[in-house]
Amino acid sequence: MDQAALSNVVSLAYSLPELVLGASVVALFLLDLVVKRKALLGDFALLALAIVVMLSARLLWSDSAALYNGAIVLDGFALFFKLLLSLAAFVTVWMSLGSREIQRSDTGEYWPILLASTLGMLFMASATNLLMAYLALEFVSLTSYVLSGFMRHSRRASEASLKYLIYGGVASGTMIYGMSWVYGLSGSLDFRAIHAALLASNGVSLPLFVALLLTLAGLGFKVAAFPFHMWAPDVYQGAPIPVTAFLSVGSKAAGFALMIRFFFTAMAEPAGAGVYQLVGGADWSKLLLVLSILTMTFGNLAAITQQANVKRLLAYSSIAHAGYMLMGFAVLTDDGLRAMLFYLTVYYLMNLGAFVVVMMVANSTGREDLAGYRGLAWRGGAVPAVAMAIFLFSLTGIPPFAGFVGKFYLFAAVVEKQLYLLAIVGVLNSVVSLVYYARIVRTMFLEQPIGGEGAVVVDWHNGVLLGLLTVGTLLLGFWGPLIEFAGRSTHFLSY
Amino acid sequence: MPTNVLTWMIFLPVLGAIVVLCLPRNADTLIKGVAAAFTVPPLLMAVWLFENFDRTTSDMQFVTKIPWIASFNIQYFIGVDGISITMILLTALLSFLCIFASWGITKATKAYFALFLVLDAAMMGVFCALDFFLFFVFWEVMLLPMYFLIGIWGGPRREYAAIKFFLYTMLGSVLMLVAMLALYFYTEPHTFDMLELAARSASYSSRFQSIAWIALFIGFAIKIPAFPFHTWLPDAHVEAPTAISVILAGVLLKMGTYGILRINYPILPAATLQYAFYLLVALGTWNIVYGALCAMAQTDFKKLIAYSSISHMGYVMFGMATLTTEGINGAVLQMFNHGTVTAMLFLLVGVIYDRAHHREINGFGGLAGIMPFYTGWTALAFFAAMGLPGLSAFISEILVLLGGWRNYPALTVVSASAVVLTAGYMLWTMQRIYLGKANEKYLELPDINGREIFTLVPLAVIVIVLGVYPRPVLDLINVSLVHLNDVVMGKASVALAAATRLVP
Repeated sequence: MDQAALSNVVSLAYSLPELVLGASVVALFLLDLVVKRKALLGDFALLALAIVVMLSARLLWSDSAALYNGAIVLDGFALFFKLLLSLAAFVTVWMSLGSREIQRSDTGEYWPILLASTLGMLFMASATNLLMAYLALEFVSLTSYVLSGFMRHSRRASEASLKYLIYGGVASGTMIYGMSWVYGLSGSLDFRAIHAALLASNGVSLPLFVALLLTLAGLGFKVAAFPFHMWAPDVYQGAPIPVTAFLSVGSKAAGFALMIRFFFTAMAEPAGAGVYQLVGGADWSKLLLVLSILTMTFGNLAAITQQANVKRLLAYSSIAHAGYMLMGFAVLTDDGLRAMLFYLTVYYLMNLGAFVVVMMVANSTGREDLAGYRGLAWRGGAVPAVAMAIFLFSLTGIPPFAGFVGKFYLFAAVVEKQLYLLAIVGVLNSVVSLVYYARIVRTMFLEQPIGGEGAVVVDWHNGVLLGLLTVGTLLLGFWGPLIEFAGRSTHFLSY
Repeated sequence: MPTNVLTWMIFLPVLGAIVVLCLPRNADTLIKGVAAAFTVPPLLMAVWLFENFDRTTSDMQFVTKIPWIASFNIQYFIGVDGISITMILLTALLSFLCIFASWGITKATKAYFALFLVLDAAMMGVFCALDFFLFFVFWEVMLLPMYFLIGIWGGPRREYAAIKFFLYTMLGSVLMLVAMLALYFYTEPHTFDMLELAARSASYSSRFQSIAWIALFIGFAIKIPAFPFHTWLPDAHVEAPTAISVILAGVLLKMGTYGILRINYPILPAATLQYAFYLLVALGTWNIVYGALCAMAQTDFKKLIAYSSISHMGYVMFGMATLTTEGINGAVLQMFNHGTVTAMLFLLVGVIYDRAHHREINGFGGLAGIMPFYTGWTALAFFAAMGLPGLSAFISEILVLLGGWRNYPALTVVSASAVVLTAGYMLWTMQRIYLGKANEKYLELPDINGREIFTLVPLAVIVIVLGVYPRPVLDLINVSLVHLNDVVMGKASVALAAATRLVP
């Protein structure tokens, strides 16, 4: 469907979620000046995000449109991510309200910054212009630096924030340099115009390849793909637990959203029958295939060597999961994209769930190390221990949990393209990942408490969230409409 | 009931697990009673199946077929034929008996019985599933309860044994997953329906068949366990609690050979023909001899039985590989017989372990005088395991060897002489534990009790009856196996139209 991009004023009607979110950020900053109990601000943020989720859901029934003279679009793909990201922010705010760390810091700026970060992510999901993409990504990065260093009195948090900032600065610098190459090669910042220019030209494959490689640095940084993952372990460990959860799901999803849209609309085109073909002669699918293998293998092998801190271990696990998801990217098919979107949804459930348990343990015992989980099931923490086991086995990819179905779709997309080697590497990685996930399960169930670990209390607030995520991990995998929704969301607006 | 009977058999235990979880934590007897109650209906249904099973056809019976995940053409497709019905009978019986063998569990009873019931459901599911995806889901689901059952209620090295079991099996199953997906995309239209996959087997190229066969075979071989993938078994067995060892040896090992018969044979017949004649038969023979020799070297009673399982599963592989009517019938009969005999053996090891708290073969002596009834039961089980004429294992082993004689006379001689090794280690163990001078420490050991005898009687009856009159089982399996053999030999093909029958 060919249609012109809408003008700025008309576009506002399609941007209700972003408008509400932006207004809430401003309101929260102002409220912070007058409100004494900072938890009230959290409640306000929760309410705002609930409204954002509903407004985004309402847009599902509206037509796709190119907004703001083509700077961003509203299509099924963008909406999928808007829903996922605002839901991730919603869970993060819910978690933050139940987190001892956040309660102790008792600073009001936390909430508007979290919401601002979400706003940036929403723009990342719908940007169709390199400038817009860069601004959105930087906006998310800057807010993330602040969030990860939010425990001002913790040395580790400060270190994490600084590391994040330095790595992030280098990555985005590299990326914008790469983007300038893309601009030089195509003469435009608009994804559609870049695509057209690349189609018309030929013989730019090598410079284009370099440009993409440089651009990938920034995007790979956001999704924590090897070799741009270095920040992840330190930041995950140092940041407050809800922020870590938000980074591991939200940041990753937003990064993938931008990455997919850029590569699939500017650097490739549909070739019919659900298959994409490359444009411009630079074979980035092979590059991503290699990246996928390296990322999952590195993430899993590094996680095995991590014994001490569960948050750090989950950081390496999140690197590995970026690798699995890149498989769906590298196959260049609608089925691959669908599998990726589905996997992101499932990953959202199980990874956030795992962090909720980590937070519950930290709330009760103040510990994040593996020894703090010893005999968890036998000292009053049977519910979080069972939930954690479900999340971890789901992350491993064992049925009947949702993670298995997610991996099944990913591997199916890979086998469909007859990339058997990639499939074998992928499934062997799943086996490797069992080693460290099972280590946590073993500590919780097979070992007995030796005393002094402290009891784990399940409070109502976190318990409800844990219950919802557990039920989702148990049931949503085999729930047909979810994969159909993911399938419908792989269509990009072409205008 | 007729069409849904299998669904009930699979999901009643799941319901049972949920009920058990809702019971109060300290009501031990209530928990055990409820768990037992939920294994009775499946057992009765299994008997009903046995009565109403049509023995004159190789078609699938009691079929349920419901679309499940439309975008991948996945179905909830279950049914039984002659190969699976014996395994379903075995599973239902052993699950029921093992609840009673677990009566002594005191640690976290609720979790134990809930997990046990989930395990029961998954095992049933594996034997009923006719959709490859469904089969795979049940196959993997089984790992979770097993991991915890070994890991929490096991012996001193339980953590190591549990994770080793988990990793080995998962390694095999992920290869199976890739092969499964490859098969799915190789057929047009894409399907996971095992009967449809088998019906299209002629369209698979021979190279594809060979590779897929090996990938699937590794997955199943780990479960059997075939040399060199067997090393998890002794560890798992030694550490697992008695009832779990019984399930492990009695049912789980059979899944390996069952999977080969259900998937490799009909879906990849050309590759089967190619591999059976050297790989499968060689591995079978080697398992028989190697398992027996290892068993002979053991000083741990349970480990000895574990290695004897490896040896006896070798007969199953050998029988399957002969591709003769006798051999393949013998193989499936041996699967059933080994399930009952080895269950008895593990239950008997459990009896002495509960009393003496160790299993050192050389640490006993003269138990015959102290525990005469126990010794009698053990003698029966030992003779059955040795393949003494008149007891069930004799029939199946002789059928396997008869089948083997036609195609591999030399290997048959080797396999047959391994019977001597079996007799050797069994009698030697008998001598060291039950005969000779009584160990002073154990003069006061009480003899086998009523509950323990209760778990042994049904198995003993089956062992003796099938030893004299094996027709009840052979009649069940024969038609399906003859047909399967013809499919592999290229004399018949799986006809889709007639492949499913709803009601007997």
